[in-house]
Parts: sequence; structure tokens; C-alpha cells
Amino acid sequence: MEGIIDQVANIQGMTAIAVSILIGMGAMGTAIGFGILGGKFLEGAARQPDLAPMLQVKMFIVAGLLDAVSMIGVGIALFFTFANPFAEAVKTLAAG
Amino acid sequence: MAVEHEAPETVTGYIVHHLTNLRVGEGFWTLNLDTLFWSITLAVIISWFFYKAACNASEDTPRGWQSFVEMLLEFVNDQVTSTFHGSSRLIAPLALTIFCWVFAMNFMDLIPVDLIPAIAGGIGIKYMKVVPSTDMNATFAMSITVFILILFYNIKIKGVHFFTEICTVPFGKALFPVNIIFRLIEEFAKPVSLALRLFGNLYAGELIFILLALFTLDHTITSLVSSVGPVVMFVSQVLLALAWAIFHILIITLQAFIFMMLTIVYLSMAHESH
Repeated sequence: MEGIIDQVANIQGMTAIAVSILIGMGAMGTAIGFGILGGKFLEGAARQPDLAPMLQVKMFIVAGLLDAVSMIGVGIALFFTFANPFAEAVKTLAAG
Repeated sequence: MAVEHEAPETVTGYIVHHLTNLRVGEGFWTLNLDTLFWSITLAVIISWFFYKAACNASEDTPRGWQSFVEMLLEFVNDQVTSTFHGSSRLIAPLALTIFCWVFAMNFMDLIPVDLIPAIAGGIGIKYMKVVPSTDMNATFAMSITVFILILFYNIKIKGVHFFTEICTVPFGKALFPVNIIFRLIEEFAKPVSLALRLFGNLYAGELIFILLALFTLDHTITSLVSSVGPVVMFVSQVLLALAWAIFHILIITLQAFIFMMLTIVYLSMAHESH
């Protein structure tokens, strides 16, 4: 019986580390991307101020694209936090 | 809000309860009844609003709601005409529908987390998730529909050339297996990324609202006035939830706009060659 608790605790500890890597690296990539994107937008707007509204719209579009994969990572990370399939597999193997 | 407790609620139990859909059936054929109900209800509500605006449309004196609808239509029309350089009667209404529907579904996230589930629990419905776009079924349904439209327009406009293009672009005729793999990945990345982008953003937003609701999980009105601890938790909950809700207003509008823009861009790419 204690063996199962050890195994599940092991999986949960690994899952916690995996979740933090998922969210952290996604956040890092997105932050760097947004920084570069915003900087280029400011440069372009400073160069041609009358194009600034159009550039802003395009900036939001690219911002949405940048956000996408890190949000996918957040979704998967939260899924692993709350409904961990690996722990479920061990539990069903132990019960069956 | 004092609700019936079968047992003292744990933190994890509360979170899992709020993340569970109202399901019917098993396996592949589970229907998430709450997603279906709320998405159809919101679609009916939006359609009714637009219908009222169209019915009472007066050309000389546009009043409040009609001028808002006109503003919205002009906005979507500008986006479509600046991106899509063909002629199609489908794309602009599709873009308007996507924008309004996704925005309405996302907007349900701003309603307090426990409000509608508590009312539903009073009626006897055990689980209720009110935000359809936090359900992967809803977002994938929309993006698969867009994908089918992309394929339809590709085949309709380009005909057989579409299939030869899959084999010959971008590397040339000799490397056609590589071309096929690249094109397939590119085509399938579109609906997958559309659906998961919307899902991920809204799921994370809803989860943070649920986590903020945990601050005052077991407290009632009387315990709030009895000691300092609950008051501090309540005030911090209100402030943090306010800040997150204001940021979330930007997110829901942005995600609806991006879904619409990417639909327009993908459909316009289906009308032109690579």
C-alpha cells in the first residue's frame, strides 16, 4: 500500500516540475517576443506617426499569434495540475 | 453565499467542481449540455439583438443601438476589405458572426464564478460551466468549421491546381513527399492553433477567477465581521478580482478579434495561390 503512495507522490512531484517548466518557458518566450514586437511598433510609429493606428491593429494581431502557443502550454499545464492522467493510470493499475 | 454543503468543501474539490462540465453519455459521445445550452442561448440572444436593429432601421436618424450595430459592421467590413482582395458574399457575415459570438461566449467569463452555478445547484443541476469557449468542444467545433470552409474554397477556386500545389510547393516537383508533409502540417496547424489559442486563453482566465474565489471559500457574512483575517481576505479578493477582470476585458475582446482576423486571413489565402 505504501508503495502506491510513494509512486503517486513521485509522479505528482515530477508533474509539478513539468508544469512549472511549461508555464515558465512559455512566459519567457512570450515576454521576449512581445518586447521585440512592441519595440518595432514604437520605432515604426515614430518614423511615420500617421500609420500608427494601422500598425497598432497589426501589432495586436501578431500579439495574438505570439500568445497562442504559450496559452496552449498553460492549458496543458493546468490540465496536468488538476486531472493528471499519469497519476490516474497508476491508481487504476493499483486498484485493478 | 451560504449554499448547502454535503461536506466541508476542500480547495481542490471546489476547483474541480467548477472545472467540470455537465455531461451526458460516455466516451466519444459525451455531450457537454452546459456548453451546448449556453452557446446556443448566446447565439439566439445576439441574433435577436441584430434582428431588432435591422427591423427598426431608420436611415436618417440612427439611434443608440442601431448606430452601435452600424459601427460594428463598419469595423468588420474594414477588416475584411483591407485583408481580402477577392469577392465573396460569405466572408464578411462569417467574420461578423465569429466576432460577435466568440465575444459573447468569452464575456460569460466576467460573470462571478459562483453566481450561475449556485442558482443551477438550487434547481438541482450539479455542474455548470457557463463559458462555452473554455470547453475544447466548442472552440474546436468553430475552428473545424473554418477548416472545412478553407478546404471548400481551396478546391472551389483553385480546382485541381490545389492538389498539384500541395505536391510542388515549396520545394519543387522532385521532393514531393516533403512538400506534402509540410503542406499537411501547415494546413492542420490552422484549425488546431485557432481552437487551442482561444481555449487556452479563456481556460487560464477562468481558472484564475476560480482561484481568486477560493480566498473566501468557507466564510459567511457573519464570519466576515467577526475577525480581521476574513476581512483582509475579502478585500484582497475584491481588489485582485477587479484587476484581473479589467485585464480580462482586453483579453476577451482581443481573442474574439484574433479569431475573426485569422479566419479572414485563412479564407483569403484560400482564394489566392501560395
